[in-house]
Amino acid sequence: MIGKLRALILWAWRVLSTPASTLSLGFLTLGGFVGGVMFWGAFNTALELTNTEAFCTSCHEMRTNVYEELTRTVHFSNRSGVRATCPDCHVPHDWTDKIARKMQASKEVWGKIFGTINTREKFLNMRLELAQHEWARLKANDSLECRNCHSMAAMDLTRQTTRAADIHTRYLLSGKATCIDCHKGIAHELPNMEGIDPGWKVPAELQGKTAFHGWADGDRLAAYLESSRMAAAE
Amino acid sequence: MRSQDHTRRLIARRLQALAGLVLVLLMGTVALAQMAPQLTQTVPQLSGNSSPMESREAAPLPKWNVDDVRKMRNYPDQPPVIPHSIEGYQLSVNTNRCLSCHKRELTEGSGAPMISVTHYMTREGQMLADVSPRRYFCTACHVPQAETRELVPNMFRDMSEMGVRPAGAEQ
Repeated sequence: MIGKLRALILWAWRVLSTPASTLSLGFLTLGGFVGGVMFWGAFNTALELTNTEAFCTSCHEMRTNVYEELTRTVHFSNRSGVRATCPDCHVPHDWTDKIARKMQASKEVWGKIFGTINTREKFLNMRLELAQHEWARLKANDSLECRNCHSMAAMDLTRQTTRAADIHTRYLLSGKATCIDCHKGIAHELPNMEGIDPGWKVPAELQGKTAFHGWADGDRLAAYLESSRMAAAE
Repeated sequence: MRSQDHTRRLIARRLQALAGLVLVLLMGTVALAQMAPQLTQTVPQLSGNSSPMESREAAPLPKWNVDDVRKMRNYPDQPPVIPHSIEGYQLSVNTNRCLSCHKRELTEGSGAPMISVTHYMTREGQMLADVSPRRYFCTACHVPQAETRELVPNMFRDMSEMGVRPAGAEQ
């Protein structure tokens, strides 16, 4: 048995290492090139095919749960007519990261085959865990998929409401938080959020020390307090 | 013959019925005429289609006031109105987007005003550690505002303009 296997391997090696006797070098190089192009084209086409909304929503798990919820949000229909589809947020755009994510997705194929979330109830029971995976992924890559469209440099704070501009200045521009810390559940419904604090929750040890007053005339107030302190001291 | 009798009886009965109907109609109209002004006053058509079976062009959606400026209350008990957009805010058994800023523990980070202390009370006035379930659905009382036409004429006057004197002023 082992002898036979060895003979087979040796034969294959001999075929591969012997120079071609009937095929020309030109045929081999050009043929190899054309074959490579065709393989690569087919591979990429298949990859892109799995990267469409139509492919994602071809499973009822996605269509009746998350896709239906998406259609009610601003990422689906809005005044400027720009739509984010599933892969825009859930698949990295860079090639290597994309391939890595596609390999992870084999777990999702497993889930599909064994019906892990094939009913609404099963899906809702698992929603927290699934959401936490996505939050962790976006936290780890600094909300890369958000920033593919919402770039910080192109964000005009003066066009935002004062409240939004304030909060973005305090948390986003200072690098204290990334998009997903505060903007959870923007495209799908949320799981039970009990015990999951929003991104702006002040940790217990900092409470009372971070209050933001936003005084427009803080300098004048400080000067006044200083002068009154001096007056009291005299 | 029997059939003729039958017909005659029928006609007589029909005449009776007709007289009754006329009587009812007359009295009913009088009653309705008395009720009509009341009816139109108590149930004014505020929104929606006045003839519900016919399809009609929808009125344009109003633009919400989103200037973040806190509005004065028109009377002390008025639930404050929301001066920002609440578009897409999830308010369900799972999560409450409003409370994620306005809850006591979260106001320091968000800078939002805390929901009032009455929201931490039971119906009987007992204090609770967390928001009372009966106060959970914010939009039952607190609503955003838009510049729209009044649905009914409004002659509201602030009570401070009505000669109200502060408590204890009579002594």
